[in-house]
Amino acid sequence: MSSILAQRRQKLLAMKALRSTPHVPVYTRETCPGCGQMVERRELSNHQYVCPLCGYHHPVGAYYRLSLVLDKGTFRELDAALASNDPLNFPGYKAKLDSARRRTGTGEGVVTALGRIGGRKVAVGALDSRFFMGSMSAALGEKVTRLIELAGKNRLPLILFSASGGARMQEGILSLMQMAKTSAALERFSRRGGLYLSVLTHPTTGGVTASFASLGDIMLAEPGALIGFAGPRVIEQTIGEKLPEGFQSAEYLLEHGFLDAIVPRGELRSTLIRLLALHGKEGDRHGQG
Amino acid sequence: MAKAELTPAQRLALARHPERPGTVEFIQNLFTDFFEQRGDRLCADDGSICGGIARFHGRSVTVLGHRKGRTLEEHVACRFGMPTPEGYRKAQRLMTQAEKFRRPVITFIDTPGAYPGLEAEARGQGEAIARCLALMSSLTVPVLCVVTGEGGSGGALALGVGNRVLMLENAVYSVLSPEGFASILWKDASRSAEACDVMKLTAADLLELGVIDGIIPEPEGGAHLAPQVLYRALDAALARELGELDKVRPAALAAARYQKFRKMGEQALRKERP
Repeated sequence: MSSILAQRRQKLLAMKALRSTPHVPVYTRETCPGCGQMVERRELSNHQYVCPLCGYHHPVGAYYRLSLVLDKGTFRELDAALASNDPLNFPGYKAKLDSARRRTGTGEGVVTALGRIGGRKVAVGALDSRFFMGSMSAALGEKVTRLIELAGKNRLPLILFSASGGARMQEGILSLMQMAKTSAALERFSRRGGLYLSVLTHPTTGGVTASFASLGDIMLAEPGALIGFAGPRVIEQTIGEKLPEGFQSAEYLLEHGFLDAIVPRGELRSTLIRLLALHGKEGDRHGQG
Repeated sequence: MAKAELTPAQRLALARHPERPGTVEFIQNLFTDFFEQRGDRLCADDGSICGGIARFHGRSVTVLGHRKGRTLEEHVACRFGMPTPEGYRKAQRLMTQAEKFRRPVITFIDTPGAYPGLEAEARGQGEAIARCLALMSSLTVPVLCVVTGEGGSGGALALGVGNRVLMLENAVYSVLSPEGFASILWKDASRSAEACDVMKLTAADLLELGVIDGIIPEPEGGAHLAPQVLYRALDAALARELGELDKVRPAALAAARYQKFRKMGEQALRKERP
């Protein structure tokens, strides 16, 4: 009985993953924002959405992102039904939420799950930049906080892939408060010995940068990702001049001491496996998992 | 109180009034024996966050807050109250020390936001704010916060993770300045009055949303017209709240603060099939 249910769940998840993978018509081409060359969409999808010509890392959806790092068949989504309900009655917000849900197949801007990476059980989450730019809503903050608390309770390593434009304007101050909520949860998790690997992807800015994304024990980023607190446009307006080339890129952050490493998408899974192993049985109490 | 009801935009103007008393005035008038602590012990001292040790009703406390400056030179030096990462790291240093010596922490919040500059980014503005939030959430001493003027964005919240968060009657507290909000949502910064109406940024709105715990009344026409009246009200409120928090054990203080912020935004959640 339970195996039938498990099979059915697997099928459903497979369908979901398919739906969330961008639909790829076979012969269409598009211009790469990295090198300006025409690249076949099929070619891109074969390369995990990294441009085969210049290495530009295209943003990807949350389900696809998790499918790249998790062991096959181990993805178990958490709190899929948790969503925002327009707390401030903001004009037009409900309709925009509905259309974002239809487009991305997720209820909020983050997908959280339990799964295994290289056999090791982990609590993992990925923000989805296609859903309101991965902006921080109360529901997004809640899903992230629940994931952190679950990881703490079950002594699991925590991995979060960030991608965010900042605060969810339509939820106002309640969006801001999620920064405190998620940071508090991480602090508690950390003080109890929890391992948190934070992976920053393009773009990670605003309130997400100034909260959970910046608090990793290990800080990783994808090549070329834009990472910052204030957006480049706001900074240009403040200082009244053009920003230097490469400002706020992952490479810039590495140089300024805010990252441990820049890891290309194709090497992320193996890097995570290595880091998890280094925190394994010989390392800390997370080895029991 | 038979005061005429002010619009959110009018309150915003009062919150930004150039003569509105701020952190420096509160420290001078409510505290004694203030010793200013400067520097982040890493590279600089950011004047836009002012803090140190002082006496409040006879006991030692750590007090800190945003400083906008009074003169033109001060405005420039403090970037109108917009801190750099050095300011937030100084704040972390002061709060860590407060916990070490078992002093309560009192913060005054009054900033348009963290400084959006090139150097601020290069030195990790996001990381500095995130660490403030994490640290404040876990302190085992009483933490009391008052939004006194503009509470703008993460730059304000970085000093705002308290057991009690109070607001002056005409202060505002929001995810972003109304100008920034209008510019992001409607691509038009001049629609800030309209933004004020939908943002729910007044003290009364925030009390209703459960973001703050109490409102400190201001003299009619705003705090700057009768500062002494405000100081008395603020002093009484701080003394009362601190008296309450004194009764709570250290570990319970951190736990209660965690639970307080854990609930933030609960009303915004719904459960349904996506």
